[in-house]
Amino acid sequence: MKIWVPLDSAAVALGADEVAAAITAEAARRGVPLELVRNGSRGMVWLEPLVEVELDGIRHGFGPITLADVPALFDDGLAHSKAIGAVADHPWMAGQTRLTFARVGITDPLSLDDYRVHGGLEGLTRALGMDKAGIVKDVTDSGLRGRGGAGFPTGIKWKTVSDAVADRKYIVCNADEGDSATFADRMLMEGDPFCLIEGMVIAGLATGATKGFVYIRSEYPIAITVMQRAVRIARDHGLLGLSVLGSSHAFEIEIRVGAGAYVCGEETSLLNSLEGKRGIVRAKPPLPALQGFMGKPTVVNNVLSLATVPIIMARGAGFYRDFGIGRSRGTMPLQIAGNARFGGLYEVAFGLTLSQIVDDIAGGTATGRPVKAVQVGGPLGAWFPRSLFDTPFGYEEFAAKDGLIGHAGLTIVDDRTDMLGMARFAMEFCAVESCGKCTPCRIGAVRGVETIDRIAAGDASALPLLTDLCATMKSGSLCALGGFTPYPVMSALTHFPDDFARAKEAAE
Amino acid sequence: MSATQSLGAAEAETLHAILASHRGVEGVLLPILHDVQAAFGHVPPEALPIIAADQVISLAEAHGVMSFYHDFRAEPAGRRVLKLCRAEACQAMGADALADHARARTGLDWHETTADGAITLEPVFCLGLCACGPAAMVDGKLLGRVDAAKLDTILEGRA
Repeated sequence: MKIWVPLDSAAVALGADEVAAAITAEAARRGVPLELVRNGSRGMVWLEPLVEVELDGIRHGFGPITLADVPALFDDGLAHSKAIGAVADHPWMAGQTRLTFARVGITDPLSLDDYRVHGGLEGLTRALGMDKAGIVKDVTDSGLRGRGGAGFPTGIKWKTVSDAVADRKYIVCNADEGDSATFADRMLMEGDPFCLIEGMVIAGLATGATKGFVYIRSEYPIAITVMQRAVRIARDHGLLGLSVLGSSHAFEIEIRVGAGAYVCGEETSLLNSLEGKRGIVRAKPPLPALQGFMGKPTVVNNVLSLATVPIIMARGAGFYRDFGIGRSRGTMPLQIAGNARFGGLYEVAFGLTLSQIVDDIAGGTATGRPVKAVQVGGPLGAWFPRSLFDTPFGYEEFAAKDGLIGHAGLTIVDDRTDMLGMARFAMEFCAVESCGKCTPCRIGAVRGVETIDRIAAGDASALPLLTDLCATMKSGSLCALGGFTPYPVMSALTHFPDDFARAKEAAE
Repeated sequence: MSATQSLGAAEAETLHAILASHRGVEGVLLPILHDVQAAFGHVPPEALPIIAADQVISLAEAHGVMSFYHDFRAEPAGRRVLKLCRAEACQAMGADALADHARARTGLDWHETTADGAITLEPVFCLGLCACGPAAMVDGKLLGRVDAAKLDTILEGRA
């Protein structure tokens, strides 16, 4: 009997380890030979722990599984009360275009053989037969943009590093996924770690870098463990080391763990942290591509950017570019979070409207109440009211509505949410996490909390002050923490003025 | 600059073994501090001058780094550490009410430890469990869809 129980953090947080142990014990009690695979998550988090059982060669899903549901998995088959049918045919799965997440949830994350069987290493194998410029051209032509949030064209960044002359260059993977509502990096690292490794090796080939770092936040203990094990396996099998897959190219990867500083998700602050310093933001220029880690040319890419490169190299730039809209090419793993009826990861080509995502895919709220707003792009993203739900999901399309798509996290909230409170939280979070280097962020965020408290106490004269403060933070901050905190604040104020006025009436 | 206190012999040996295991690695201060905290439960102030000397940086720089990051503590935590997510996605599922419940039950505010050293309460901004909030981490173990009842079983030591 072949059974899959995810090792993914979300599944484990909902009891997957205990379920896996119970399945093992139940199989032993019954004398049933068991092949138990700890896979990544399929992304249907509302069904976690989602157990899969192979029946007549088809993977059937059962979830959410509790300990009490385990014995019946061995008896009832498709009649089990938690059966959802063949997982691949589930509407949530069938509606997706899984390119970056093609293997996540399907393979054994720590089996290099399984990785190869499912198309792994095809991209690297092709890249090994190309020159640096050829690889950079393919990545550029694919239209891939930085998935961490900034949306900078990945190929152009690679070209800058590739053209730089230096004795050492580095590939740094930014896995400091600190934005609330985002968990795609974590799911990828836990569910398909070799894909990230392969992407980093290709980045090394394209730029001449021979050393890579993956900087993973300490809040992700399972991702850290899986990546560390995957790097050891990759080393043992010649995917990493002095001769990558038997070629004349060397590449090595080191896993580094962050220490609970949100601002280290900003690339220059991450580089300082990697160097053993305080995670203080650096002024740009110089660009990290020219003077990055230890002052050497460095590619700093998000997990998803790097993990998307293997399929681009395997299937060609045109294949990837043909998905999407406008200047947003390819697919984006949407992370549907907060008060969602169906929350989880949904990878799809750019272009769906926010309404299609929130109403159709997410199915509205988990509480069953009306959706009040959606924050798109994490804590530094704007709140979108229903009147803007026709906005198509794309970089420029969201920018045109004074928002951003960021890392594609979506926090859904219901009608009981106080938007003044959310605006205050954005300022409070910025004050806690500011690195302290620039004044608009360090002091502005503290003043922001105070100003919103004045508004909450009924002082309407503080409203223009808040708008003015946001303008200062937006244009005067060194990085996105201070510069983008105005997005959630101003969008809350602009789209939900009643929440700011109601507080006044209450005070009077 | 000299440390006012010094480490015991066994602690000093542990510290030197940690430092030796990282020698020759680039920009290695964070991995060192993580290892020290794993070994001692916190980063003892008397360890900092030794770490600083090993890394050829000033004590001020070492202190600056250690105090910048939320993870590193100068004093031991309680026997159990409860981290509750306070970020937006968890708020959307009732994290604020859960935090109020935890604070009322323990009598603690954020970053505080009970007088008997049993439990430390800490905020965390995102555990990547944003589709199954409210989320928590108890002694390193992840928990999703946490409600007041689940929290009580933890606080009473039943889970």
